[in-house]
Amino acid sequence: MPDGMHTKTAMLEIADLHGYYGESHVLHGVSLEVRQGEVVTLLGRNGAGKTSTMRAIMGIMGKRTGSIRFQGQELIGMAQHRIPRLGIGYVPEERGIFSSLSVDENLTLPPVVKDGGMTVPQIYDLFPNLKGRGSTQGTRLSGGEQQMLAIARILRTGATLILLDEPTEGLAPVIIEQIGVAVRALKARGFTIVLVEQNFRFAATIADRHYVMEEGHVVDMIPNDQLDANMDKLHTYLGV
Amino acid sequence: MSQLLGIPPQALFGQLLLGLINGSFYALLSLGLAVIFGMLNVVNMAHGALYMVGAFVAWLLLSYAGVGYWGALVLAPLVVGLIGLVLERTMLRRLYKVDHLYGLLLTFGLALIFEGAFRHWYGVSGQPYPIPDLLKGGTNLGFMYLPTYRGWVVAASLLVCLGTWFAIERTKLGAYLRAATENPTLVQAFGINVPVMVSLTYGFGVALAGLAGVLAAPIYQVSPLMGSNLIIVVFAVVVIGGMGSILGAIVTGLGLGLLEGLTKVVYPEASNIVVFVIMAVVLMMKPAGLFGRER
Repeated sequence: MPDGMHTKTAMLEIADLHGYYGESHVLHGVSLEVRQGEVVTLLGRNGAGKTSTMRAIMGIMGKRTGSIRFQGQELIGMAQHRIPRLGIGYVPEERGIFSSLSVDENLTLPPVVKDGGMTVPQIYDLFPNLKGRGSTQGTRLSGGEQQMLAIARILRTGATLILLDEPTEGLAPVIIEQIGVAVRALKARGFTIVLVEQNFRFAATIADRHYVMEEGHVVDMIPNDQLDANMDKLHTYLGV
Repeated sequence: MSQLLGIPPQALFGQLLLGLINGSFYALLSLGLAVIFGMLNVVNMAHGALYMVGAFVAWLLLSYAGVGYWGALVLAPLVVGLIGLVLERTMLRRLYKVDHLYGLLLTFGLALIFEGAFRHWYGVSGQPYPIPDLLKGGTNLGFMYLPTYRGWVVAASLLVCLGTWFAIERTKLGAYLRAATENPTLVQAFGINVPVMVSLTYGFGVALAGLAGVLAAPIYQVSPLMGSNLIIVVFAVVVIGGMGSILGAIVTGLGLGLLEGLTKVVYPEASNIVVFVIMAVVLMMKPAGLFGRER
């Protein structure tokens, strides 16, 4: 696990990434960089290519060109199941809790890929709602609890980079607050996090930097401390 | 008590035992089909043919290599499983992205090729396969006579079925399998090599058919047509139990075997169609099957 925050090494470097689902060309030259220990958000309207960028990193995309480097290793061309084994954890937008698995089985499903992952008691400290629910069917949890479980199961694996796709989508404000507390705790533990968000008020409470995406590529980068100064610009980008 | 509802108990229990044995084969075969359908979404029409190949491998091992029943019980499922791995890697794999119907057609074609080849080489008359010495004879239970080999078949298939159920529902490997059945992309994104898992699942599913073939050899003789005779009923069992349901396949297999046996006593004329009547009724009342989940 990385200890210091804001060390200057680039953990993830994406350069001129193009991506396709079958015939449709969805990513048009994405370039961005995430340093170790950083929390970076991808902002943008629906269809701007945020989720597709995450799927491209995980190799869940028909064809990719350009470059995605994780700790110096090129991911394009790598077998799909080897990418997470480098230490990248993925929390998909739809959460992906398995209905045929209990909460415990869901929690322990992703294999441990590196040393230094969190233990189950540590995970319960972070998400007390999951405690004592072990034998419940995964999909019987509430939406917020399912989101917590989707994050929790990645923390066990020793992944150092976490891709979080819209963790607040469809959740009540009080639950969003809990997710926010958890994500900040993860940041304090030294996890590097890429966060896709529609809700930039939530993003602003957590992130170091924001990449703004439009039509399949990155159009702007705004450091979090300059967010206020760039509010007008951001409103135009997001159309809010 | 010499008669029960006008039926001599000897006949009743005899037919029920026969039904239980048929049911054991239904359960073993539909279990393999359910595992394969759950993971690959392929209706494996080659299942009956591979059951037949399992029986033939046992017979060939005995006739040409001097390997007896117990050796065949291990080797034949391995051989059939390997055949399955090759079929999956070289052919079935190419069809996952297209409609399920293509997988069904491919495996149906494979079944015809297997059956045709064995028919060509060995004719349709059927080869006898001896009961192993250890399992010869039988026991008089008082109310009926139980041939040892038949008792063994029921016990062995029950054991294998329950073992498979346990492995899938209660172990870590089974959790991977269930998860990959639901969402293979995400399981792959956790770092599990799903394509290899899919191959092994198909190999395991057809190995169960091969095992059933060896168990069946001393009872039904070894014939190229033994699979196609059985497989239609097995498909009905799978539909009644619910496509892809493990427990459904086991319970329905045994249950319908017994029911078939009972029908033979009560109204023999209906024994060949009773399974299909039940299938029709179940499909009308519960289209996803007794144990199936609506998708």
